[in-house]
Amino acid sequence: MKKDIILAGVGGQGILSIAATIGTAALNAGLHLKQAEVHGMSQRGGDVQSNLRISDRDIASDLIPFGKADMIISVEPMESLRYLPMLSPEGWLITNTKPYINIRNYPEMDKLLAEIESQPRHISLDADEIARELGSPKSANMVILGAASPFLDIEYKELQEAIRNIFRKKGDDVIQVNLDALQAGRDVAEKQIKLSLK
Amino acid sequence: MQKLLLLGDEAIAQGGIDAGMSGIYAYPGTPSTEITEYVMHSKEAKSLNITAAWGANEKTAMETALGMSYAGKRAMVCMKHVGLNVAADAFVNSAITGANGGLIVVAADDPSMHSSQNEQDSRFFGKFALMPILEPGNQQEAYDMVHYGFELSEKFRIPVLMRITTRLAHSRSGVERREIRKQNDLKLPENLKQFILLPANARRQYKHLLSNQSAFIDSSEKSPFNYLIDNPDKKLGIIACGLAYNYLIENFEDHHVPHPVLRIGQYPVPEQMINNLYESCDTILVLEDGAPLIEELLRGLLNKGKTIKGRLDGTVPRDGELNPNIVAVAMGMTDTRGRDIPSLVTSRPPSLCKGCPHIYSYNALNEALSEFYKGRVFSDIGCYTLGALEPFDAINSCVDMGASITMAKGAADAGLLPSVAVIGDSTFTHSGMTGLLDAVNANSSITVMILDNGTTGMTGGQDSAAVGKIENICEALGVHKDHIRILNPLQKYHEENLAIMKEEIAYQGVSVIIPRRECIQTLTRRMREEKKKQATEKAEA
Ligand code: SF4
Repeated sequence: MKKDIILAGVGGQGILSIAATIGTAALNAGLHLKQAEVHGMSQRGGDVQSNLRISDRDIASDLIPFGKADMIISVEPMESLRYLPMLSPEGWLITNTKPYINIRNYPEMDKLLAEIESQPRHISLDADEIARELGSPKSANMVILGAASPFLDIEYKELQEAIRNIFRKKGDDVIQVNLDALQAGRDVAEKQIKLSLK
Repeated sequence: MQKLLLLGDEAIAQGGIDAGMSGIYAYPGTPSTEITEYVMHSKEAKSLNITAAWGANEKTAMETALGMSYAGKRAMVCMKHVGLNVAADAFVNSAITGANGGLIVVAADDPSMHSSQNEQDSRFFGKFALMPILEPGNQQEAYDMVHYGFELSEKFRIPVLMRITTRLAHSRSGVERREIRKQNDLKLPENLKQFILLPANARRQYKHLLSNQSAFIDSSEKSPFNYLIDNPDKKLGIIACGLAYNYLIENFEDHHVPHPVLRIGQYPVPEQMINNLYESCDTILVLEDGAPLIEELLRGLLNKGKTIKGRLDGTVPRDGELNPNIVAVAMGMTDTRGRDIPSLVTSRPPSLCKGCPHIYSYNALNEALSEFYKGRVFSDIGCYTLGALEPFDAINSCVDMGASITMAKGAADAGLLPSVAVIGDSTFTHSGMTGLLDAVNANSSITVMILDNGTTGMTGGQDSAAVGKIENICEALGVHKDHIRILNPLQKYHEENLAIMKEEIAYQGVSVIIPRRECIQTLTRRMREEKKKQATEKAEA
């Protein structure tokens, strides 16, 4: 088993929380892991990505080769497309559709969404909206993770366990909200997968 | 022992804690910052009484570590690659004094300049100083090499340079720990003149360093970090340094390369090993994540031997960090690069945080200077370097720590009046103070804006050595009290602030303006911690 994952977003959006959850679940499942992070200058409102690699065998490179990523998980729609050269021809693009606009020449939304729609294998969802409906706007990242969960080859309950671990100190309410967010994202993804198979 | 999931930086820090290090010194700089931070936050390090401290700059940190080594204890000093330029005087001379307690100098290089102004390869510095160099290829090696490096350092009584790159520094993987080694006892050098570099002594010490070179090479030949993986297809022999090895084997099923591969993790280069590879293969490919150090040595000036491929002949791009695809192409394999980036994707450069005090300061400065033609603001290294970008377009230089003040002075000497320097508080105490003294002594007509956010912002908010001292320092250096002006960089004080700026810019002499407001990031963090503290206090009550 090998999953190479590009996590994408804008500095400050907290993509590392997704990486931490997958990482915890992967380690509990006894898998190898490498994760290249971005620190420093580019953190401030610029584009950020993280290379997360999990495998049941030794992992050589900290960087995923171009064209070999199994999926791109993005918390921002334009950022999801920035890493297309990394994605394998069979890879999945899982992205939030809620834009983070901190630049003047941000592309027009309908064109951007059309570009995402034109990708052969993709899941797109407004994770911010879903999180807000759940009464927890902060857990949008967990919604995205939930949407990616069918592709991870990690048992769903391992992800749930990882969330319990990570948020343990914050109390049962926070754990539950994040579990709900994870489930909500997963539900959307499963629906979209079914549709795409039709 | 259980594996820890550590960044390369953290693996080095943990290695230091476990290898009996007594002190770690540094100035923050991406990608090296997390090494020292890890030790600072480690309860274990605290219980072992390990000193972990930020110096005013890399030179003071280097010298402090050398002092600890003098006293017989193991010490580490960490910096980014350009920090080694700042520490260079101490660094190069430390090879001549030698070490007493083990001394490891960590230089974190930044090929591709993710967060830096150049991509210099610190291995050249180590070679220049005639020091052994270690270059880990993964997180476990980074950890192990600290143990090994301290031993090497004590065996030859020489500081050891450990060279890492951004990718290793900021990538996480499992690391297995070893037992904690006891720290050294206080023990002065056997020869109390060892550290006196008076010419007569220095000549002797230098000869000693030179005579040790063959022993260093011998150590490289036998190093557990240098080894040949022999394979049958000898049409090509590959030398892979540090991380380059991972990128190489990534391209092969089961990580099995058909050609002989010489993996290098310790320098000076193991001549015999390289010679053996050279003799047995038709062509040599050199993969180095940095500048072509081994490649240059192999080619020599005239390049009359076998074909040597690498960065110099274009097989590998001359600049930038390596990755698996670059290595694949260098091996003649196809590039697996996927779909192109759609054209509607635009660049998203980093920007100042919402509510950052620098935003106001730059807007106000632009307004204060609006009556002059553009091109007279010299800036420095920090978050505020982003003032170069839209919407500010406010600065015209960023070269090295402290250069804002001295460049403004030089430009003023040339007749560019007014000349303005913009520098952060931490950068000011790092390397700005001496330049300000130069300006005062020459009575230069410059205005220095010291943006005081009370922290080292860009690297994540480490304590700034300048806190609470800036105006005293300026006054002590000779800036007239009346021309040290502190302002609150908020829009509501704009009229007053603007008047002050214009006045000081017009002043014929050295003036200092200090816009003072805390970095939003550290402020939020402080508030959050305070809230947490109050909550636990309440719960306990
Ligand atoms: S980290 Fe602090 S100093 Fe840097 S941009 Fe953000 S608020 Fe400004």
